[in-house]
Amino acid sequence: MAEQLYYEDVEVGSEITPLVKQPTTRQLVMWAGASGDYYEIHYDKDYAQSRGLPGVVVHGQLICSFLGQLMTDWMGEQGSLRKLTCSYRGMNFPGEALICKGEVTKKYVEDDECYVECDIWVENPRGEKTVPGTALVTIPSRGRPAS
Amino acid sequence: MIEDSLITEEIRGKLGVEGEPRVCEIEKGVIRRFVQAIDDPNPLWQDEEYAKKSKHGGIIAPPTFILIVGNEQFQSQLASLLPESKLHGGTELECYQPVRPGDTITVTTKIADVREREGKRMGKMVFVTFEVTYKNQRQELVAKCRQALIGYK
Repeated sequence: MAEQLYYEDVEVGSEITPLVKQPTTRQLVMWAGASGDYYEIHYDKDYAQSRGLPGVVVHGQLICSFLGQLMTDWMGEQGSLRKLTCSYRGMNFPGEALICKGEVTKKYVEDDECYVECDIWVENPRGEKTVPGTALVTIPSRGRPAS
Repeated sequence: MIEDSLITEEIRGKLGVEGEPRVCEIEKGVIRRFVQAIDDPNPLWQDEEYAKKSKHGGIIAPPTFILIVGNEQFQSQLASLLPESKLHGGTELECYQPVRPGDTITVTTKIADVREREGKRMGKMVFVTFEVTYKNQRQELVAKCRQALIGYK
């Protein structure tokens, strides 16, 4: 586990520790079973191609969960993820690295809580941002613990 | 033209109307399967002894776990509402408190918006935005989510 992140450690422009995932078709099947999303474009190549796709594609919500892990790993267990948004602009394919990254865009204190806003995104091995998004977290301050 | 529309009578009829609530009991095993599927080793999601000593006092589910609660029924709803070809457009999740094993979550879904557009590459497409609300057994708001789905021929 990463160490606890504190509000004082974060500046606008700070990089979120990247998280690299290597989704496989096996993982997509595990996700289908865990999530109840059995749409065939995620495990049946012939079917995916019949829908105009190059091959099976990684589930959007699995990618969203990878971005969730990017944030929970980074903020530490005293942090809370308040908001997570993502747009599935491009496709990610099993067998290719899926690189989750992010950067702090804003920090502020409101109602005695320390908020950090971030831009987050997923890159494929060609450096294309396939899934951009945002995250809002609250983390503790060294002066006072998070509620 | 209207018969070509991908916005079916069923979608129109459901626009803005809250669907039947789905009640889901959260077992520890369901959280474990989720965590294994995303391959997240954080002990807070699985290790009771470890989690007891954390500020949460026990195992909690990762924040995006809520996305799969009631999802199987949501997926079958999608199958009847949208054309066979569909893609996920986006997710906007707001979390108010963590989900714990033993919670009972009530999921309510409504269609918030429907639009049709002509795409350059994919032809006619329908964009449907769903609003999903998750409450626990104490009727406290746990999370809210907007899901954008795209259907095409």
